[in-house]
Amino acid sequence: MFDLTGKTALITGASGGIGGEIAKALHGAGATVGLSGTREAPLQELAAELGERAVVLPCNLSDPAAVEALPKQAAEAMGGVDILVNNAGITRDNLFMRMSDDEWQSVLDVNLTAAMKLSKGVLRGMMKARWGRIVNITSVVGATGNPGQGNYAAAKAGLVGMSKSLAYEVASRGITVNAVAPGFIATAMTDKLNDEQKAKINAQIPAGRMGQPEEIAAAVLYLASPEAAYVTGATLHVNGGMAML
Amino acid sequence: MSDVADRVKKIVVEHLGVEEDKVTENASFIDDLGADSLDTVELVMAFEEEFGIEIPDDAAETIQTFGDAVKFITEAS
Repeated sequence: MFDLTGKTALITGASGGIGGEIAKALHGAGATVGLSGTREAPLQELAAELGERAVVLPCNLSDPAAVEALPKQAAEAMGGVDILVNNAGITRDNLFMRMSDDEWQSVLDVNLTAAMKLSKGVLRGMMKARWGRIVNITSVVGATGNPGQGNYAAAKAGLVGMSKSLAYEVASRGITVNAVAPGFIATAMTDKLNDEQKAKINAQIPAGRMGQPEEIAAAVLYLASPEAAYVTGATLHVNGGMAML
Repeated sequence: MSDVADRVKKIVVEHLGVEEDKVTENASFIDDLGADSLDTVELVMAFEEEFGIEIPDDAAETIQTFGDAVKFITEAS
């Protein structure tokens, strides 16, 4: 249904479970994908799996110089960036009263500041093209809060505010800026939980299960598509009904 | 009129869709030529490309009128 033939997409955190599925979904719709992430090996693996129209762009988002350089590298490798998916995220959980400045700052740097810099870096090309899609992957905890995740929740809520403000500014240029807020998604991160923890989580979710990375990717694909041109500044919650926002 | 002024005027006329004779020395992009703030960002982008120069953000903010643009570009290129 959604056709991204001829479009180019930069996806951060493509070495992770959700990012990888987002890359596959956009690629499957015909886009050329730039796979960014800190670990190069899984990116190369994914690129090999996708075959044509996939380039690997390793980048450590906690390195400001690398963040600065990424939009340019992506544009050179793919001929432009029509779609940016700010998916990369890290967690450094701690009780608020124990949270160090470093735990706070590193999460803000990667989850929020890098997204701002990358968005700024790709906007020029989008403005000229009069077409662009920025999709920021936030989280249900940005809306609900979560004990132990003051830094992460602040960064994710920050992404939503940033998306809306930017959406206002560039709507007249054919550029949309939206957020996708996953709930609990089955990834390597949640695999670490034991059965009891998982059962407890599932009990809070009306759908009775965790989401699949593909279900996040589908939301991103929609927002990246030409069909979603009239959707901007929105947050699409994909959480099995866990929080109906 | 200098070559720079001609080229700047052409960009302004095309981008903002205004009459050429409205683009005078003291014409403000926003107050006189109907630009919004994002238009001024785009004008600066277009100037950078036309003249092969870099206009830093703090300098871009000082370019408010057609005359400002011509002066800045003449000095920079």
